[in-house]
Order: sequence, then structure tokens, then C-alpha cells
Amino acid sequence: MLRFLLGRLAVLVPTFLGVSLIAFSFIRLLPGDPVMLMSGERAMSPERHAQVMHDLGLDRPFYIQYFDYLGSILQGDLGTSIVTKRPVFDDFLSLFPATLELSLCAIILAICLGIPAGMLAAVKRGTWLDQSVMGVALVGYSMPIFWWGLLLIIFFSGYLGWTPVSGRISLMYFFPPVTGFMLIDSLLSGQEGAFRSALTYLILPTVVLATIPLAVIARQTRSAMLEVLGEDYVRTARAKGLSPFRVIGVHALRNAMIPVITTIGLQVGVLLAGAILTETIFSWPGIGKWMVDAVFKRDYAVVQGGLLLIAAIIMLVNLLVDLTYGLVNPRIRH
Amino acid sequence: MSTVTTQTGHPSALAEFWYYFSRNKGAVIGLAVFLLVLFVAVFAPLVAPHGPTEQLRDKLLLPPAWMEGGEASYLLGTDAVGRDILSRLIYGSRFSLFIGLVVVTLSVISGVLIGLVAGYFRGRVDTFIMRIMDIILAFPSLLLALVLVAVLGPGLLNAMIAISLVNQPHFVRLTRAAVMAEKSKDYVVGSRVAGAGTFRLMFLTILPNCLAPLIVQATLAFSAAILDAAALGFLGMGAQPPTPEWGTMLAEAREFIQRAWWVVTFPGLAILVTVLAINLMGDGLRDALDPKLKRS
Repeated sequence: MLRFLLGRLAVLVPTFLGVSLIAFSFIRLLPGDPVMLMSGERAMSPERHAQVMHDLGLDRPFYIQYFDYLGSILQGDLGTSIVTKRPVFDDFLSLFPATLELSLCAIILAICLGIPAGMLAAVKRGTWLDQSVMGVALVGYSMPIFWWGLLLIIFFSGYLGWTPVSGRISLMYFFPPVTGFMLIDSLLSGQEGAFRSALTYLILPTVVLATIPLAVIARQTRSAMLEVLGEDYVRTARAKGLSPFRVIGVHALRNAMIPVITTIGLQVGVLLAGAILTETIFSWPGIGKWMVDAVFKRDYAVVQGGLLLIAAIIMLVNLLVDLTYGLVNPRIRH
Repeated sequence: MSTVTTQTGHPSALAEFWYYFSRNKGAVIGLAVFLLVLFVAVFAPLVAPHGPTEQLRDKLLLPPAWMEGGEASYLLGTDAVGRDILSRLIYGSRFSLFIGLVVVTLSVISGVLIGLVAGYFRGRVDTFIMRIMDIILAFPSLLLALVLVAVLGPGLLNAMIAISLVNQPHFVRLTRAAVMAEKSKDYVVGSRVAGAGTFRLMFLTILPNCLAPLIVQATLAFSAAILDAAALGFLGMGAQPPTPEWGTMLAEAREFIQRAWWVVTFPGLAILVTVLAINLMGDGLRDALDPKLKRS
């Protein structure tokens, strides 16, 4: 297992270096001169311009600048946002819990609905039930989620007036963040109705973000289950008189879960991409909206740092998924 | 003198394909819808009742024809500057299909070439290529596309380039895996012994036998490209107004969400129906082309 882990880590290091190189190069590829951008409208003499370039280290060769950048990343310094004037990493830490809360709720919803739905479709293969579940899953998979979010707002917020449109909690409530998770913080605050309010704000974004992972998980569970149900050991389990519930729920499910776990791991990228759209629609103060705003405000330090951090999260989760995979399926380890 | 032709032997590849494809009813429906969208896109000027940018100052936010205050000549109503929504959707289908076609062409050609090289030569070249693909795949595709478009400048062309780039690793991986599986098979070894050169082996011997999964992936990439381009348009980084691209239309419609549901509903519905039709076709193609599934 240790060798397996080390092998994975050995691949991760060059990938991370590549990711940092890409994040670093983006700003250098941008049209325009960074010093001119900083000075804005004020005119600058060529001497002064050269001086500022030198002070910022921008007149040095590309690779030296890159190694410098790499050095500061390792010290946790990702630069300063030109909009908030705060370190990029601090901004990230204060916004990430909002995205994490939303993504966790979405993936839990997707797993809790997707796996049973996929199992049901596989067990009832070919029936109208199978066809409707898979039909709905394909619609979910094809859904432009930014539009889906707007439709839900029109219906539940506009027409029925059940849910709020934007933000994380009603302005009536205020309490200092403890965990950064609004659902937990609202409970800890002890304010009456705060939890309920946080929940109503969370529900629509969760549904929107969960849509595609839900569809993917349901489809993957169905096909993995169908494959497993045809195996000899399932027939043996049936033949020795186990209840259908035990055969499907224990013997088949456990093996069918191996590809499903991989699929769930791959959804992290889907969730973070979806967060960009979902957070924009619901004005959810997370890292997705942060990145979109940074792109529009040309806040390059944030774009650079955000790209790096988000890629690092995805790589880390993929590593965890690989390890889980090794645990569930011993054949992989060797 | 009349001749009677009797069909013997195997049915043609196309007939066999159609036999399996048509057994999937969803796929046939998907194909029909796709052909309809294609027809509408090609003949947009003939089909559309109005011009896509034609503005009528006295008919702002007209509701759909079946609602009170609607007009029959504006079937799906008008938007905030008095443009016919149906006509804009019809012209918009041109953009979506064009985006899908360009993205798939670009990412298939580059992805297959790179994947062939990686899978055929293996060794250091392969490691190098796959590490680069890992790097691209470490970013969420939409985020990478968004930042790329920010660097290149907003617009339809740059959006297509960005989406192709983030789509292409899937083709590299798929081609590489297929090439590696085929390379050691007897027919390839036989061809090499018979004196076939590297290029012949790569493109004429191995590649045709790797096509099935690539065709299925190309269909999925087509629909994903339409979705991504619409998402970029929605975020303001794709096609720019007044282009009647569906995602861009949605972005313009957002502020009227409480007042005029139709300006928001129909562009999204057009995206959903088109993407769904292509994905249905993709499922049918997989059934028809995957020999493993055929037997079951």
C-alpha cells in the first residue's frame, strides 16, 4: 500500500509543477504591460517605468521569475488581490467554506438519490421504471444548469415565494463564523429561525449543483450493477437461497461500487465547474463566484492563485479516490 | 431478360449499424430532433419569421402567442428590445451546431494525433504527453476555458479554441488506450512483418480499429461543447451581444426573470432539447458500435 501511495505522489509532483507553470504563465501571456496597468492613467517616464519593472523583478528572465513564484507558493504566499487588498490565500480561506458546504450538500444529495435510483433501474431492467429513471437521468445530464437555476428561481422564488433568491442567510441574522458552514454556525448561534433561514437559502443552489452529478452517478450505478448482476458469484448467492435484498444490497452492491466511487471522485471537478455557474446565479459568496469576479475585474493575482488552489484541491481529491479505490479493490494495489 | 438479385452473405456494415442503432428508440428520436435542428439551422433565413436583430420599438417583451396580449406572428414572444425570440432561436441554432462541429473537429484531430503518438511510441514521449494531459485535466474544464478566454479575449472564436483545448485530453486518453490494446494484436504484427512502415501501421492499420469509442466520445464532446459555449456566453465571455447565441440570449434575459418568463425559458429549452437529442444519439451509437454490449 505504501508503494502504491508513493507511486501516486511521484506522479502528483510533476503535475503540480505543471499546474503552477500554467497558472504563472497566464498572467505573462495576457496582453498589456503590468506596470502600465498598475499606473493607470498617469503617464510614466521610460526611466521610471524601467525602475518599477526592476523593483518588481519583472526585468529578470522568465525562469527566474517562475522559481521565485514557486518559492513564494511554498511559503503560502499567493500574492495580494488588487480588489480587496488582502492576501489571496486569506480570501480563499474565508470563501472556501461556502463552496465546500454547497458542494458537500450537493454530492450527498446526488449520492443518496443517484445510487438507489441506479440500483432500481438495474434490478428492474427493461421495465418502464428503468426507462423513466434513465430518461430523467439523461435529461439531468444534458441540463444547462445555469438555465435550470433560473427556472427554479422563477418557480420557487418568484411564483411560489418559498425560497430566497440570493445569498446564504437572511440579513436578519448575524453571527460570527465559527466553522464557516452556515448550517452549523446558525445552529451554534442559538438564534431562533437562523437554521431554517440558512436551509431555505441553501436548498435551490444544492439542487442545481447536484443535478449533473446525480445523473452521472445514477447512470454509472446502473451499468456497474448490470455488469455485476451477471457474474457467477451473484448466481451462486442466489442459488444458495439468499434473499434478493441481501444478494443485491450486499453481494452485488459492494462490487458495483468500485467504478461508482471513481465516478463520485471525478465529480469534484464537475462540482467546482458547476459552482462557477451556480454561485453566479444565486450570488453565493464562494470561490466560484470569486473566480468569475476576478476574471472580470482583471484581478490577476486572484485568477492565478485561485487556479492553483482549485487544481490542487482536485488533485488531492483524486489521490484520495485512488487510495480508497486501492482499499476497496485489493487487485489494484499490486 | 431479367436478373434476380438475391442478397447473400453478411449485411453491409451500414445496414448492420442501422439495425442495432434503430433498436434504441431514444436514439432514433434523438436523431430525428437533431436532423430537425440541423434543417432549421441550414435554412434559417427561410424558416425564421423575422430577422434575428430586427427590433420593434412598440413590441417590447410581448408574451408568447397563446397568452393574453400575444401576437400570432411572434409565436414565442419578443425580448426586451422587441426582437422575435423564435427567430433568434432559429438563427442561434446555427451558432450552437457550428460551435459543436468546430470544437469536435479541432479536439478530435489534435487529440487523435497526440494519442496515436503516445500509444504507438510509448516510453518517454508517452510519459511526457500524458503528464501534460494530467495537468489540463487537473483544472475544472469550465474554469480553464473561462480563464483562457479571458486571456485570449472574449468572443466566439476564442471560446471555441478554449473549449477544444479542454476537451482534447479525453480524445488523447481514449486513442492511446485503444492503440495500446490493438498494437500487440496479430494483424498489426503481421502487417509489420509484411513490411508496413510506421505511418501505414499507425493510420491505416491501427487507427480504423480504434474508431468506435472515438465516435461515441465525439458525440458526447459535441453536446458538451454546446453546453460549455452556452455557459461561457451566459457568463459574458462567449459570443457577444447582439449575437443570437443561446447562452448569450439567456445572459441578456436574466434581469427580466421576474417579469417575462418567456425570454428566459425558451433559449434554455433550445439548449436542453439539442443537447438531449445529441446525447440520446450518443447512447444509441454506443449500443450499435460497442461489440461487448451487442452480444448481451
